[in-house]
Amino acid sequence: MLPTDRRYSKEHEWIRPESGEGVIGLTRFAVDELGDIVYVELPAVGSTVSQFASFGVVESVKAVSDLFAPASGEVVAVNEALRTSPELMNTDPHDAGWLCRIRLTAPAELDALLDAAAYGELTGVE
Amino acid sequence: MTYSPHTDADRAAMLAVIGVDSVDDLFADIPPSVRASRFDLPPPLTEQEVRAEMMRLAGRNRIPEVSFLGAGAYRRLIPAVVDEVVARAEFATAYTPYQPEVSQGTLQSIYEFQSLICELTAMEVASASHYDGATATAEGALMACRLTGRDRVAVSRAVHPQVRRVLATYCSGPGIQVVEVDADLGEDGTGLTDADAVSRLVDDSVACLIVQQPNMFGNLEPVADLADATHAAGALFVTLVDPVSLAVLEAPGRYGSDIVTAEGQPLGIPLAFGGPYLGIMAARMDAVRQLPGRLVGATRDSAGRRGYVLTLQAREQHIRREKAASNICTNQALCALAATAYLAALGPEGLREAAERSVGQARHLVAALGRAGMATPRFSAPYFSEVAVRVPDGARRHAALVQEGIVAGLVLETEYPELADTLLLSATELTTDVEIERLVHALAGEASAG
Repeated sequence: MLPTDRRYSKEHEWIRPESGEGVIGLTRFAVDELGDIVYVELPAVGSTVSQFASFGVVESVKAVSDLFAPASGEVVAVNEALRTSPELMNTDPHDAGWLCRIRLTAPAELDALLDAAAYGELTGVE
Repeated sequence: MTYSPHTDADRAAMLAVIGVDSVDDLFADIPPSVRASRFDLPPPLTEQEVRAEMMRLAGRNRIPEVSFLGAGAYRRLIPAVVDEVVARAEFATAYTPYQPEVSQGTLQSIYEFQSLICELTAMEVASASHYDGATATAEGALMACRLTGRDRVAVSRAVHPQVRRVLATYCSGPGIQVVEVDADLGEDGTGLTDADAVSRLVDDSVACLIVQQPNMFGNLEPVADLADATHAAGALFVTLVDPVSLAVLEAPGRYGSDIVTAEGQPLGIPLAFGGPYLGIMAARMDAVRQLPGRLVGATRDSAGRRGYVLTLQAREQHIRREKAASNICTNQALCALAATAYLAALGPEGLREAAERSVGQARHLVAALGRAGMATPRFSAPYFSEVAVRVPDGARRHAALVQEGIVAGLVLETEYPELADTLLLSATELTTDVEIERLVHALAGEASAG
C-alpha cells in the first residue's frame, strides 16, 4: 500500500507535508527499479531546490539517476544516515530512507503532484 | 570496398535529426586553414624503400650530445629491468581489465602502481593513471570545483606555462574562470609564488590554488604556508610535484595537499621526443568519488584468496555516463607499469640516491658557472635540481650552443618576457662533471667569440 499522507511526482519522488515543510524521498517503485543503492549525493543544508529540477544523484549498482525535487524550497535537513547506510533507501524507502527536508516556498506546487491512487495507477502498484 | 556501414539515406536521416545540411557543416568549428584539403600521397613504396626513407628522415633529427634541458621532462637512468617488464607480451594489450577473472596480472600491476604513488605522496588514494601531468593537473582543478561547488580556480604563474595552457583549455568548456597568481620574478625576486597575491586572490569564490613543487624555476615553494592560506579561504590545495623529488622532499600529504598531481615521466619513462608520458593523481579518501579515472581495489575471491578488481566504477563513463567524474580522461597502463617497475627496481634508497645526486650536480653546475664568471642564480629562493641562471645575452648564446650539440637548458624569456637573459638549467643523476665542464667552456668560448 502506498502511504496516503503524501504526494507523488511522475519522477518517482514523494513529499510528505509537515507544517510548512516537506520531507522528500524516493518511492519504493523507483528504488526497486534501481536495485541496490550504494551512494547518494544530497544537497547542502541551506541550499535551495526548485520543483522538478535536479537536486541530487542516486547511484545503484547498475545505474546513476538524478533526483528531482517534487517542490521548491530551502533545504533544512538531509538524512545523514544515508551517507553510511544508503541501503536504507532500499529497505525502508517511504520512512527511514528519506532524503531531505525542505521549507516549502510555494506550497501550492503540491497541487500539481499526484495522490497515492494516481501514482499507484501510473506505476501499476496498488 | 568501403567499411562504412552507413548508407546515404542513413546519413541524410542523421543530418536531419541534428539539423544541418551536410557532413561538412559538422566541421564548421575547425578553421579551414588547418583542415586537410587534399591528400597528395606519393606512389606506394616497398618495405625496403620505406625503411630507407624513414632512416633518412631519422638522420635529420638533431640529438644533442650534452643537454641541460628539463622543465618538466627529465633524462634519468632507467634500469634495463624496466624495459624487460614493460615488453612482456602479457601486458601489451589495449584491453581494459573489466573482467577480473582474466586480468589479475594487469590489475595487480595497477594496484601496485596506486600503492606506490600513495606511499610517495602520503595521500590516501591514487587513480590508475592519466594521460600526462598537465591533464592530470587540469582534472585536479575540475575535481576541486566539484568538491567545493565553486567555479573559479587560482594557479600560480610559477606553474609550468604549458600546464597552465592545458588548464585553460579544460576550464573553457565548463566555463570555469582561471585566475593567475603572480610570482615574484623581479630583479631581486625570490622566484616563488607571491604570498600577497595569494591572500588577495584566493577567496571564498575560489575552488583551489594550484602550485608546483619544485616550481617552474626549480625553486622550493613554502608549500605549508600556501596550504594554510588556501585552506583559510575554504579552498583546496592542489600541488603538481616532481615524483623523484619526493624521495627527499616532504610528501604533499603531510603539508596539506588535498589533491596531488604529477608528470610521471621521470619514473622510468624515456624522453622519446615528448611522449607517451604519464599523469599521476592522488587525493584523500573523502574525495574518492570525485577522483576521475580508473581505480583498482584489492578484495578476496569466493575461496578467500586475494584478488584485484576495478572498483567504484560508478564514477566512470560506462555507468555514470554524462555524470561521470570525467569523460575526457585517459589512462596510461603501460607507462604506469614502467613507473611501477622503476620504483620497485630502485626502491626508496635508489630513488633517494637519484634525487640527492641530481641536487648535488645542480649545485656543482652553479659553482662551476660562478667560478668561470659565466652565470649566477637569478632568484634568491632555494632551488632543487633545476636552477634559473642569469646569462648575459642568454638567448643568442643558447642558439649558438645548440649548433655545437649542447642544449643550455630553456630560454625562459620565451614564456616569461620579464626574464630576459635567463636560462633554466636542469641536472639529474646522469649529469656528469665532464658535461658541466663542456657547458662552462662552451659558454666561455661563446662569450670570447661574441
